[in-house]
Amino acid sequence: MSGFRNIFDQHNWEEEKASIYAKTSRDVEAALAAGKRTLEDFKALISPAAAPYLEQMAQQSRRLTQQRFGHTMQLYIPLYLSNECQNICTYCGFSLDNKIARKTLNKEEILREVEVIKAMGYDHVLLVTGEANQTVGVDYFREAMQLIRPHFSNISMEVQPMDQEDYAALIPHGLHGVLVYQETYHQADYKLHHPKGKKSNFYYRLDTPDRLGKAGIHKIGLGVLIGLEDWRTDSFFTALHLQYLEKTYWQTKYSISFPRLRPCSGGLAPKVVMSDRELVQLICAYRLLDQEVELSLSTRETPKFRDNVIKLGITALSAGSKTNPGGYATDLSSLEQFEISDDRSPAGISHMLRTQGYEPVWKDWEEGY
Amino acid sequence: MTPLVIAGHTFSSRLFTGTGKFSSLPLMEEALLASGSELVTVALKRVDVHNQSDDMLQHVHHPQLKLLPNTSGVRTAKEAVYAAQLAREALETNWLKLEIHPDPRYLLPDPIETLKAAEELVKLGFIVLPYVHADPVLCKRLEEVGTAAVMPLGAPIGSNKGLKTIDFLEIIVEQSNVPVVVDAGIGSPSDAAKAMEIGADAVLVNTAIAVAANPVLMAQAFRQAVLAGRQAYEAGLAPVHRQAVASSPLIGFLDEV
Repeated sequence: MSGFRNIFDQHNWEEEKASIYAKTSRDVEAALAAGKRTLEDFKALISPAAAPYLEQMAQQSRRLTQQRFGHTMQLYIPLYLSNECQNICTYCGFSLDNKIARKTLNKEEILREVEVIKAMGYDHVLLVTGEANQTVGVDYFREAMQLIRPHFSNISMEVQPMDQEDYAALIPHGLHGVLVYQETYHQADYKLHHPKGKKSNFYYRLDTPDRLGKAGIHKIGLGVLIGLEDWRTDSFFTALHLQYLEKTYWQTKYSISFPRLRPCSGGLAPKVVMSDRELVQLICAYRLLDQEVELSLSTRETPKFRDNVIKLGITALSAGSKTNPGGYATDLSSLEQFEISDDRSPAGISHMLRTQGYEPVWKDWEEGY
Repeated sequence: MTPLVIAGHTFSSRLFTGTGKFSSLPLMEEALLASGSELVTVALKRVDVHNQSDDMLQHVHHPQLKLLPNTSGVRTAKEAVYAAQLAREALETNWLKLEIHPDPRYLLPDPIETLKAAEELVKLGFIVLPYVHADPVLCKRLEEVGTAAVMPLGAPIGSNKGLKTIDFLEIIVEQSNVPVVVDAGIGSPSDAAKAMEIGADAVLVNTAIAVAANPVLMAQAFRQAVLAGRQAYEAGLAPVHRQAVASSPLIGFLDEV
């Protein structure tokens, strides 16, 4: 088996963790001054030793981000198609053992949601589901995309991992990007949080970006669920994964997200709490490692935090999000996957961005060329 | 210094050398041995392929020297494939430095013909090391068709101008999954050291040694420069100091309650 799995298996979680926590201020200063930063530099920048250097990191991160992305901010919105799920995930509101009403949008309902999202100004939509292959499988996605594609220039997905052929089959129907978070790279904890369902197969999930790269997808989103395990070590593995992918599937774009575990119905409390200061440190560290990668921040974060952190390295924001299927028009009260913290409208976010000197970008791709 | 592996073959020297432009074959032989090089490129056009006692071949016949026939002189992919097959038969090696330069003045490589030829030669079982512009996208495309390394140029061949393409070489080194050998243009040991410092896996030097006033001494100088450059790369270069100025604090909001 080729792919990232070979690289992953050569790394030991505890050794990497010890290496991160052993970094000193000297390592941080060297990383800050380096021209081309390595994964060892990244470790220094996410280590506790980097905390006193946060302002310097932020200054550099802002400069690098503006150099590459200018004063623009990509906006996206999730469209939850279904909350059906055959997995048990200890932290997720859609978990199989969570006795809630299940809902999968039909064609008419999808079009009603689309109408509302379009009216907000969006031309880029992120389709989200739980994992229910019988009802929400590749055939459902194909049909949904056929409905949605005429209305949006850019369609991304955050759904269950699929086989390479399934991804390849959806690309002609407008699939542009796929977000697939590993949740955690800690194998034992991964098993603990995903005891049942297809998702319990750690390596099938780990191999997903390889399958996406081979299928020729335009953009791959990576990340971990912050709160399940030590965020520094999980972020190191994410960066390791990112660097491998960038070298191997070099025609693909990449993005990183930073979902901090949020309260949800029936969910567990985070094992690890990441402070705002630490999240800023992580965002800046990614930017200092990789000038090209897109960094995305969802409505899980508070308005005050988002307003300030957009200047520090973030390149994409969601706005006006509903995390329940039908939440925009069809079934306003169905169960949310998690609670959002920033409920400002897209117009409100757009105004905030312009006030800060940024141009909101509603789409970044047109299939026509 | 870590050894270099190309297509399963391990080299302890990261200095590759050429055989052109020396004032005599004995001097060439002496310089090659002084360089410590373990891979020597030979222009197929200069070898009598029907004669195993060819004078050139006699002078590069040493157990530590691996031959790398090159297709210098060909102008198309078709000619390159023919030359490669000839070289494999005559020199009993499937290693090949693929050079296609239709331009007789600057000998600049043709990227389109090179990619076509590389794809075919890999299918025919050759270990292909293509000589190319310092073009990062082309290098990735060559890697994808299965070349064993890429050999981007530092400057026009034989010019001794040094690493004119350094910004692109850095990108190639960063992105490549196969060894990167900086070929052409290296004019002085400091150029070779610089190429090694930015992470190139090896350098190929010919003219700078062959036309030096003392080629043997120059070969030794290159040997040491390549070693020093590689050691510097492996040691991790000390950072250039840049003062960060927090003119307008960006993280002050974190302290607000």
